[in-house]
Order: sequence, then C-alpha cells, then structure tokens
Amino acid sequence: MQNDNINEYLSQSFTSFKDWDTTSDVVSFQVSAAQIIDVLTSLYNEFGYQFLTDITAVHYPDRSKEELCVVYHLHNLRTRHRLRIKVYLNIEQPDIPTATTLFSAANWMERETFDFFGVQFIGHPDLTRILNVEDMDYFPMRKEYPMEDPTRVDKDDEMFGR
Amino acid sequence: MSEHHIKLPEGSIGKQTTTINVGPTHPATHGVFQNIMEIDGEKIIKTVPTIGYIHRAFEKIAERRPYYQVTTLTDRLNYCSAPINNIGWHTTVEKLAKIEVPKRVDYMRVIIMELARINDHIICNSIMGVDTGALTPFTYFFQERERIYDIFESICGSRLTTNIGRIGGFERNFTEDTWRYIDRFVESFPKMIDEFEKLLTRNRIFMDRTIDAGVISAERALNYSFTGPNLRASGVDYDVRVHEPYSSYDDFDFNIPVGKKGDVYDRYLVRNLEMRESYKIILQAIEKMKELDPSVYHADVPEFYLPEKDDVYNQMEALIYHFKIIMGESDMPAGEVYHSVEGANGELGYYLISDGGRTPYRLHFRRPCFIYYQAFPELVEGGLLSDAIVALSSINVIAGELDA
Amino acid sequence: MRPVRYNENEKVFLNELPEGVYSGEGFAATRFDAAIGLARANSLWPLPFATSCCGIEFMATLGSNYDLGRFGAERMGFTPRQCDLLIVAGTIAKKMAPILKQVYLQMAEPRWVVAVGACASSGGIFDSYSVLQGIDQVIPVDVYVPGCPPRPEGIIEGVMKIQKVAKNESLRRRHSDQYKALLDEYGIQ
Repeated sequence: MQNDNINEYLSQSFTSFKDWDTTSDVVSFQVSAAQIIDVLTSLYNEFGYQFLTDITAVHYPDRSKEELCVVYHLHNLRTRHRLRIKVYLNIEQPDIPTATTLFSAANWMERETFDFFGVQFIGHPDLTRILNVEDMDYFPMRKEYPMEDPTRVDKDDEMFGR
Repeated sequence: MSEHHIKLPEGSIGKQTTTINVGPTHPATHGVFQNIMEIDGEKIIKTVPTIGYIHRAFEKIAERRPYYQVTTLTDRLNYCSAPINNIGWHTTVEKLAKIEVPKRVDYMRVIIMELARINDHIICNSIMGVDTGALTPFTYFFQERERIYDIFESICGSRLTTNIGRIGGFERNFTEDTWRYIDRFVESFPKMIDEFEKLLTRNRIFMDRTIDAGVISAERALNYSFTGPNLRASGVDYDVRVHEPYSSYDDFDFNIPVGKKGDVYDRYLVRNLEMRESYKIILQAIEKMKELDPSVYHADVPEFYLPEKDDVYNQMEALIYHFKIIMGESDMPAGEVYHSVEGANGELGYYLISDGGRTPYRLHFRRPCFIYYQAFPELVEGGLLSDAIVALSSINVIAGELDA
Repeated sequence: MRPVRYNENEKVFLNELPEGVYSGEGFAATRFDAAIGLARANSLWPLPFATSCCGIEFMATLGSNYDLGRFGAERMGFTPRQCDLLIVAGTIAKKMAPILKQVYLQMAEPRWVVAVGACASSGGIFDSYSVLQGIDQVIPVDVYVPGCPPRPEGIIEGVMKIQKVAKNESLRRRHSDQYKALLDEYGIQ
C-alpha cells in the first residue's frame, strides 16, 4: 500500500520517474540525474526514507548512451521498507549531483563509486581516489579492464588457464 | 589535500599544529589504515583518514568466479567472523535462485553465525582492553576462541577463513566431535565471560578512560548510516535479524541491547551483552534441533548442491548434475537481489546482479566498516589523542572489510 | 635467625670437592659464531607486520595454546629499529609496498624476514591489479610459510627454521659480495 502511495506521488511530481519495478525483492525505479536530489529529499521528508544503505554503480557496456547506472538503496527504518533508485548516465559525461548534503554517509560511498567507475559527483567536498593508488589513471571496475595486473611478468598466463 | 600545520588561534601555547601520522603499521594489529592528525599538544584539531592499503579488488575478482567459488572471497571480508560472511553469501544466492532450505539447516546456520559473532566480539573487547593497557583479559579471553576454532574445524576443516557451508546447506553434517566441542564451549563460556567482565567492566581505570570518549549521537549516527553495535550503543535498536529475519531468526527469543550515550563504554557494554544474547540463542538452537531429523544437512537442490561422490560414480543423473555445476552450466536465473545479514559490525549487504551466466555480472558488498569509518573524524576531533586511540579500537574497524 | 628462611631442607648435602679441582666460575670453549648464533637464534625479537587474516592467526600463535614465547620470541617490538625478525603476515597491496620496504630498510643488520601465508609468499588467491604478487618483489625473504592462513604450528615451524638459519649463519655473511648482490637486486644499499 505504501508502494502505491510512493508510485503515485513520484509519478505526479517528477517527470523523469519511470520503470516502477516490483518483480525483484526490492522495489526499484528510475529517475534522471537532474532530479535525483529532489527525489531523495522528498523521500527523506515526506516518506521517512532517512537511512542511506548504499550507493554503487554498474557498468553496462551494451546500453549505448546509458552505460553507467548509479544505484541508491534507501531504507525506511520505521516501516522496514527498502527502495532501489537507479540513475543511468552516459559514459562520456557521467555527471550527477552529490547526496552529501542530505546524507553524510554518501561521502565515501561516492568516492568509491568515482574510484571504480569514474562517475563525477558534482558538489562533492573531496572527490579523489579512496581505495586505489592515487596515480592510477583508469577506472578499474569498468568491463573493458582485466582483473589481473597486465604488467606482471612472473605469472605465466598459459599455466593459469588464460 | 589536507592542510598541514594549521595556524592556532591567539592565546594558544604553540603557533601551529603538529602533524602526526598514526600510520598504516599499527601496534595491536587493528589493520592497515592511516590517520593523519593535526594536534595541538594532546588535543586533536583535525584528522583525515586514508585507507586502501589492503585493497584486494574483491568485486572485480568476483566477476570472474563461479558462484560457489565466491565464498572464499567473502571469508576474507571480516575475517574475524568469516562464517557470517559465508552464510550471508549463501542466503543471497538462495534468495536469487529461490531455494528453500530445511529448518534444521537454518538452525545449524544460526549456531555457526552466533559462534562467529561471539568470536568477533571477543577480539574487539579484548583489544579495547589492550589499548587501555590491560593485557590480562586479552590473554585469558583469547583461549575461548580456540574452543570456537575447534568447532569450526570439525565442520569445514579450517579455523579462520572457513568457507563454511554450501549453496543449500552444509558440506557435512555436524559430527559427534562437533557436538562434543559445542557442549564443551557451552559449559565453559559463561564462566569465561564473567571472569572477563569482572576484570574490566567496573574497573575504575577502564571506566575513566572510556566513559565520554568518542561520543556520537543517534541522529548523527543514522546520518552516517551506522549499523550494528555502534548504532545500538547510540540508542537505535536496528538489528537486521529482527527487522528482516533470515535463516529462521524469528523462531528465537532474544533481546537487543541498546546503549544510551554512544560513547566507548557503551559500545563495550553492548558487545558484552550481545555475546550473552548470542549464547542464549545457541542454547535455544541446540534445544530446537533435538526435535528435527538429524540426517538432514542440505536442501534438495541438485542443480546447485554437488551430489555425493558415491552417487556420481554410480548414477547417471548425479554425474550429469556434477558436470553441469562444475562446468558452469547451472540454472542461475537472471535478476538482481540485495540481501543483508547482521554481521558482527553491522548490516553486511550483498548486491548481486546476475545475467544468467556462470559468474555474477556485478557483485557489490555493502561493508559496514567502510561506511562508519568515515565518521571517525567526528568522533575524535576536539578530544584527546588517547581518547582517539580508544575510540578507534571501540568501533572495531577490520581492514579486510574496510578495503575489500 | 635469618628473617627469611628458605632452602633449609636438612636432607640435602653438598659433597666435598676433591683436591686440585678448580672451583669458581664455569667456562666452556667454543667458536665465536656458535655462541653468537645461539644467542641470536634463541632471542629473536619479532616485528609482527600483520595486515589481514594471517595476522589473526599470528595472534593465536602468540596465545597460550601455541605459545611462540617458548622460542624466545616473547617480546614483540612494534618499531623496526629494535627488532631483528620481520614477520609479514597478510596481503600486501601495491599501496602498502613502499611502506613495507621502508620498514625493512629501517631494521638493523642482522635481519631476517618470514613471509607468512600465501598472500605474502606469492599473492595468494588475489591475482588482481592491486595486490603485490609476493613480498619478494620488494624485499629479500628467508622463509616462506604457505597456508591460507597457515596453522599456528606452521608459523612456529617457520620461526624454527629462522632459528636454524640464525644459528648457522656465518658472521661475515652480511658483508659478503653475494649478500650485497642480493640487496642490489632489490635496489637496497
């Protein structure tokens, strides 16, 4: 029932709201990068989704113009209900406003997403690499990069089944 | 990026702050993470944490491993309580593939997970004692972990990084040895924890060091997405075992200890009480398992659970299933799922996207240590350096989970 | 009457020494390097460089069930300036490698290195872009202890092998050309 309230409210207030999906275990929907902060704020204030569980990203190289998908997981601790919000971004210019104004926890979550996928969070206080070495020049979790270090010489690829 | 040698205001003793590096190599082996602190005498003005010194790229490796091999990676996240991570992963895959496990498997899992939780809390509280100078409780209480290791070893063969369980259950039933070790643990644990509490809980020095150090209020903790004992010490009773019960936790009767102030002493007390609650859960699980059929230890899902070697050599279907599972033609449905378990440090979440193939398309770990460690500057700025050290050990940062 | 009474067991007798026998401080004749080797081997001061899971197994080795203190390694120093055995337990990432090298350089000769665990020996199960595939890419290693994590008995075996190495090492080894060539390979002066 709460699902329907959110569905109605969001589809009326935000034009880019689409893909309301209840088939998977967590209800998910999609918005655009321009409206994400307003959506998060209204969910925070009106509906009580005041706990940010996670921010992460997924790389779909097959979807053209929408390769990077930033996924927000929200949680309403009172009604024990979770939400998943997806924002698709173009890999040429993956800009999205930061959620740190609303949730302090988003700080390092966004840094991690930037470190691995190259998503630029506009307005973030310190968007630098957090887990990888500082001078790394590529974004390792994108699908085109291999898992192994390409410069290593001691392990023979043939013996390792590659 | 961080500014060094901040100018101090007029009237202070020094002219600018000193930069010290509480570096990656720590005594008392908390793990490798760094804090660059600006201090004025003993007071901390600003601190900037740096992490990534043990980044092992779990998420990238997981995209290349079949589902049953990812368990070895999950072990190494919070390595002090590895079985919780393993069982969390198995329950995630079971959620995606819609597998139902029998009750007895659930209860076996509950026993193992609570033992792992006790394991982790023993380490955290003992190390908190060591950081305030009390080495004796550490030496005494660590012995209890050897008994827990014996239990794990009799099931899966390994003490620390257990790789325990399989998708659908366990690899072998609890043997007689296991039950003997569990009985031995059940007998000796209450005495050990009482002894530990007698040494530290009402100890004047420990209380003076830890009360009102590293305080965080409930609102700030929720804004920083704290979970687990750190959040419960600040007053919010959020526990994944009660909010979204998995593995039949709703059959058990246990309390959730909650603190008042959110300081280091509250976290210590919450962890101690949680150990006692875990003990109660283990006793209840042992009682409940007596009524169930003792030969059941896995679900009947031949597409995901390897058949017995005997059957593989003698029966055709078992051979085919064995081949399919190992060669990776298993029927994992495409879809995405987010499942979380109550780890020893908080809500450990697995966000799994599958495209129907042999390996996950994307696996993301929602690691509680990573998320609450960013609140560390707020815990310690304005306080003394010795309070910062105790606060750091009280929030129980495990480096494996921080960096994944 | 003495204020403290001890050892007043009347059943114990001391025999009289026969004539002409030296009585006083004892002495033994041995080679210099045997005595020094014995001293070094049985009083190693380890520096636990514990990064991850092997660190917890190392802590279990120090506990009373598998006591490493029996072998003389009782005093764990956390500063490289005072220690002679560097026990690297756990994965070393590329970000951590310069720090490991710096800690090694700060140790004084004679120094030994034990690589505990699969990750320190060869990268372990993490064949990824961010993990150093074995610490022998940056520092010379004396003993490798395989395992993931190795059992405490394995770690004790590794320390016992170091003891054997320390006992039988020639005093001139650290000045020899071979050793200098080894350090040159790693870029260490």
